[in-house]
Amino acid sequence: MIANLGYGALVITFIVSLYGIGASFYGVRQNKPAWVNSARNGMLLTFPLLTLSALSIIVLLITDHYEVEYVASVTSRSMPMYLKITALWGGQAGSLVFWSWLMSAFASAVTLRKWDRDREFLPWVIVVSLITLAFFISLNIFVENPFTRLWQLPSGQVIEEMFQPAGSALFFPRDGQGLNPLLRHPGMIIHPPMLYLGFVSFVIPFAFAIAALVTGRTDDRWIRLTRRWTLWAWMFLSLGLVLGGRWAYDVLGWGGYWGWDPVEIAAFMPWLTGTAFLHSVMIQEKRGMLKQWNMVLVILTYSLVIFGTFLTRSGVLSSVHAFAQSAIGPMFFAFIGITFIGSLSLLFHRWNDLKAKTEMTSMLSREALFLLNNLLFIGILVVCFWGVIFPLISELFTGQKVTVGPPFYERANGPLFAGLLLLMAIAPLSAWGHSTIKTLGRAIWKPAIVSVVAVVAVIVSGITNPYALIGFFLTALVITVTVYEYWRGAMARGKRHGENFFVALWTLVKRNRRRYGGYIIHLSMAMLAIGIIGIEIFQSETQGTLSQGESLALGAYTMTYDSLAVFDAPDGRNVARAVVSINKNGKPVGELYPRRDFFYDSQQPMTIPGVRSTIEDDFYILLVDWEEISTSNATFKVYHNPLVKWMWLGSWLFIFGTLVAAWPEKESDPVPARNRKRVSATVKA
Amino acid sequence: MQESTSMQTGSSNRMKFILGGALIVAAVIYLIASSTQASAQYFLTIDEVVAKGDEVLDRDLRISGAVVGESIEYERETLTLSFLVAHVAGDNEELDAEGGLAEALHAAVIDPSRSRLQVVYEGPMPDLLQHEAQAIMTGRLGADGVFYADELLLKCPTKYEEAVPEQAEGL
Repeated sequence: MIANLGYGALVITFIVSLYGIGASFYGVRQNKPAWVNSARNGMLLTFPLLTLSALSIIVLLITDHYEVEYVASVTSRSMPMYLKITALWGGQAGSLVFWSWLMSAFASAVTLRKWDRDREFLPWVIVVSLITLAFFISLNIFVENPFTRLWQLPSGQVIEEMFQPAGSALFFPRDGQGLNPLLRHPGMIIHPPMLYLGFVSFVIPFAFAIAALVTGRTDDRWIRLTRRWTLWAWMFLSLGLVLGGRWAYDVLGWGGYWGWDPVEIAAFMPWLTGTAFLHSVMIQEKRGMLKQWNMVLVILTYSLVIFGTFLTRSGVLSSVHAFAQSAIGPMFFAFIGITFIGSLSLLFHRWNDLKAKTEMTSMLSREALFLLNNLLFIGILVVCFWGVIFPLISELFTGQKVTVGPPFYERANGPLFAGLLLLMAIAPLSAWGHSTIKTLGRAIWKPAIVSVVAVVAVIVSGITNPYALIGFFLTALVITVTVYEYWRGAMARGKRHGENFFVALWTLVKRNRRRYGGYIIHLSMAMLAIGIIGIEIFQSETQGTLSQGESLALGAYTMTYDSLAVFDAPDGRNVARAVVSINKNGKPVGELYPRRDFFYDSQQPMTIPGVRSTIEDDFYILLVDWEEISTSNATFKVYHNPLVKWMWLGSWLFIFGTLVAAWPEKESDPVPARNRKRVSATVKA
Repeated sequence: MQESTSMQTGSSNRMKFILGGALIVAAVIYLIASSTQASAQYFLTIDEVVAKGDEVLDRDLRISGAVVGESIEYERETLTLSFLVAHVAGDNEELDAEGGLAEALHAAVIDPSRSRLQVVYEGPMPDLLQHEAQAIMTGRLGADGVFYADELLLKCPTKYEEAVPEQAEGL
């Protein structure tokens, strides 16, 4: 009943979407606004319909309807309520519905805005959104139906069908399979929605870009309209990536956070083009350049978003993420191919309209450095893409499948990341239009001296790894330059307006939120870099089997095995939990409780580390094994991860920075763009 | 006159930018090429490893196979894990012909005529290691015919998604 309701809602959404696409096309071709309006209503209708469908799945999940195949595959009776709800995105079919639901929410929100001056975009934004939506819903209807039920035929065989086959009866398994224990972690519960939010909201700038291309209104309007969308999309995507890393660190038990797994890369690639896009739109706004390039970037981002959804959801590549195997691959490839080629041909059609009127003149000007930043991001993208497809290429040309592992990505991307850090340090100091070594040198020498001093301090403290020193120098430079920029700006303003330093700083940031929010994000990236340098270069590990009371030392730390208890938890787990006391430099600093959970329903163990986390370092203990009955001894694997906490702290700062840059303000845009440019130029000078 | 000079600076400027861009592109290509060479791992099936034998000694390999459950041994003192993997087909089409990954893994483990390979891995016992899991390992083949894995990835396709009808039949 509920399953039929949910499925019916999906089918109707699909039909409404197709109608909306058609009505919008017709309305704009025949110049009949009533049809476009009707398409808009259709767009708005998809949201309640998909909400109904998603709610149906949730109801089925929480009321233990195991005759529904999806419910049986992702939940079990022993799972707590919140996990049953979040199982909506625990499997492939459900997560596709969830994707569509988010997509529809965002697209509806966009169509509800005031369109006044931009009414010509509306029909095309609707068309692009609905085509995307219809594609995802068709996956659900035709291939990955979350409402398929189990039917027992007279022969006794049980099959999966949406509708009752003749002579069969519904089959009720006693219990479900349960959600993969690896996914039962707060990070994993919010990681997919964040990633999906990021993916989905990147569709909006793409839709506007296509609208601009179709209508021929190729000025900066589409970029200004979608600026905030892009920032929000970017923030969600970034958070999704960070949360995924956090999950890996907390759950996967290898003391790492990022494994250059094809699925991770799949989510990382749209982030790269998205980040490049965020930067290069500023050149278009300020200097009217790179219009074609921005179109390329937004089209690439869209295609990579769809590709990312596909990779994370299809299991084509062997990876820890491949929880699913499915036949949706060909459909995805067809869709990506058609939309990519379609968008590119539209772009070539408008190519000449998008020519820049000015040219870059100075290699060190702000816009040239932005361009360089774009090249580096695309460089990293190419490295990643090459790594993912290399097995296919090598097989094609040599008949031998050759893969590349994490060392490939680290080696090839390392210098490019370093280049980005360097740019983050230099670009804020360079001027639009024209900069020379001299002007830059004059601006940077003070921060550079501070950074050199910082690196000397690091060397004195005993660190001599050259890569780490280069990394620390660059991060120090980013931090000092950025802080210096705040200081300089606030001082200048304070002098001009007679304000005290803090008032001046506050107003400065408030007036240029995108710029100073962006600088906060730069700072957070520097913190991220510190964490990454710490764990990548200075991680150390040891292992050992200890009797109760025995100790194991690693770095400044000593861990002592005190006791271990094995017990059943009410939610269907058998827990083995060790108590370990930690000493640092001979002083006790507390206890840790590494444990191993065994899930009865899925017959799978899960290792949860005990972690002591400080700004200086993380001490990370895994319980590997233990003596069954006596628990007289147990085996531990121990990691020392210096500085890794900076990564998570940096992530918080990152959110803050994005909020500063993206928080909505009243659209007060009374100054025409031409004047504004002059105003901002004088402010900068 | 004025126009021609600005044209000239324009084109010399463009040259500068094109040169700069070309340098970066060359750098990226160099990074990709050298890193690919330095970290290439040959992806082989168990059959291929066994057939090539000495030919692939001390080469970085990435192999995939089905875990034979009863062969799993774990030495706690040294965290040394050893188990046998049985040959499964390398590409998706062959796997599909066998009825999907789960079926292929099952078939591989029960078939005694399949080639098998001893694997040794040092580290914590992975949570997903169990009978009929798919193991994807990177490492090297030793002269003793044992595969020494540095990295061990596991997948259990039978557990999720596909298992329901089978389990239902069992009830």
